[in-house]
Amino acid sequence: MIIAHRKPLEEIVEMLGQLNPVLVLGCGGCTSICLAGGQREAEQLAADLREDYGNRGGQLEVNTYTIERQCNADFFADIDRLAGDYQAIVSTACGAGVQFVAERYPRLPVLPALNTDFVGFDKDVGWYEENCRTCGDCVLGETGGICPVTRCAKSLFNGPCGGTRADGTCEVDPDIPCAWFEIHKRLREQGRLELITRVRPAREWQNQIRRTVIQEPYRERYGK
Amino acid sequence: METKSGGNLEAVLRAGHFAITGELGPPRGANVEAVHKKAAYLKDKVDAVNITDNQTAVVRMSSWATSLLVIQDGLEPNYQMVCRDRNRLAMQADILGAYAHGIRNMLCLSGDHQKFGDHPHSKGVFDIDSIQLIAMVRRMRDEGKFLSGEDIDTPPRIFIGAAANPFAEPFEWRITRLAKKVAAGADFIQTQCIYNMEKFRRWIHLANEEGLTEKVFILAGVTPFKSLGMAKYMKNSVPGMDVPDHLIKRLQGAKGKKGAIAAEGIKIACEQIQEFREMKGVAGVHLMAIEWEHKVPQIVEQAGLLPRPRVDGGNGGAPAAGE
Ligand code: SF4
Repeated sequence: MIIAHRKPLEEIVEMLGQLNPVLVLGCGGCTSICLAGGQREAEQLAADLREDYGNRGGQLEVNTYTIERQCNADFFADIDRLAGDYQAIVSTACGAGVQFVAERYPRLPVLPALNTDFVGFDKDVGWYEENCRTCGDCVLGETGGICPVTRCAKSLFNGPCGGTRADGTCEVDPDIPCAWFEIHKRLREQGRLELITRVRPAREWQNQIRRTVIQEPYRERYGK
Repeated sequence: METKSGGNLEAVLRAGHFAITGELGPPRGANVEAVHKKAAYLKDKVDAVNITDNQTAVVRMSSWATSLLVIQDGLEPNYQMVCRDRNRLAMQADILGAYAHGIRNMLCLSGDHQKFGDHPHSKGVFDIDSIQLIAMVRRMRDEGKFLSGEDIDTPPRIFIGAAANPFAEPFEWRITRLAKKVAAGADFIQTQCIYNMEKFRRWIHLANEEGLTEKVFILAGVTPFKSLGMAKYMKNSVPGMDVPDHLIKRLQGAKGKKGAIAAEGIKIACEQIQEFREMKGVAGVHLMAIEWEHKVPQIVEQAGLLPRPRVDGGNGGAPAAGE
């Protein structure tokens, strides 16, 4: 899932400038699940904005609307009708959602309310950890299901570096486990250490140019 | 003597001499005199000198440029390169340029994380890792090919070094990692500073057993303590460093006369060097006298490592002839 968190209110206010009225568009997808941009958080943001403008003797006309997902056209019928009533949309989706909305309403300023952080999972309620950098060439099958690209601070493929601490944490932060310490431990327990004893050659990075995926059955349809 | 690089360090090691390398940290500025001053202390005292590459992720004069300066002084540089600051294009370009200017040794490192340095929010490159860098340099030298597989017009002949930390966890993995570096193409290894001799003995014993010390020259890392504060800092604040309590006690015991602790630090280092000379599998020492270059002549003398050998085929530390 994509994890995000809200930007500081001042930054959102600054982006808005004189734009008024404003629609805060919530997203029912990932950012809703990570408690950053669902219906509740969209309404909270609208309330915070109203209060902030009020405190400064101004007035912001702001409404909220939350759709199931902001990254697919199927959910935009209502917004297509509403969008024309506003000078700006503040989206609480991830960076992809914001761009989808911006592309759909190219004449309207579409502003991000969130900073999109990473692809990760729930460690516990309200606690998320980064686990995937979407590198496009997954090595998890050989690294005990632990991603060295994401979880090693130096993205080493033949780790560990010389900085692993005595308790198995990473040199950059005593709260972060060393990915290679963990990979070694898990593969040793599985009796599969041979997977990481050979030299892994330099990789061909896949995530340097914008990527597109078209599933096989649809290729004909798109002429790709 | 047949060498891969035509350099002095390689010739000294292949001739079976106990080698010594030093270290010189480039200045935080364009202060050429500072480089020449440090180099003067090291001249004729070491077989090659490591030139660090933005060490601890702090910007300094570049490693290749400082290497060229010490060549002018008649020292042979060991050009350090980290994976943090450049991608495979920049690395290969720098390796060609370095060789063209007479650099014959390289130490291939991952590099300290940028978080520790003076630009903590820079983008770490880490396009390839240190083992992949070793393999790349070997390919350039032995196959005459770039990483891409394209041919190189006049391949660089480099004596390839790598680092090893016998003390970082997981201990049992450290020998495997050494083996990986050897398999990738490392000709010599310089270890992290050693203080825990017992643990190092276990490590070198394993390296001997695995037959690794027959394939690679291992230079044991030595850093003399300048002060009690430094020893404590190394013990408590440097990840992957292992400083036993008895050494701290020994330094504490030396308190008293001015300079007594530093003298004791040097004495400890010299005793270590003696032990390394007798240790099977150790081909030399790497003396990292950090910001203490002016003490190197004394330490090397006291350790009985002078004069440095002149080896036929090597260049006695003089700049390698261009070809
Ligand atoms: S300590 Fe481990 S996780 Fe941290 S940079 Fe080194 S190898 Fe990577």
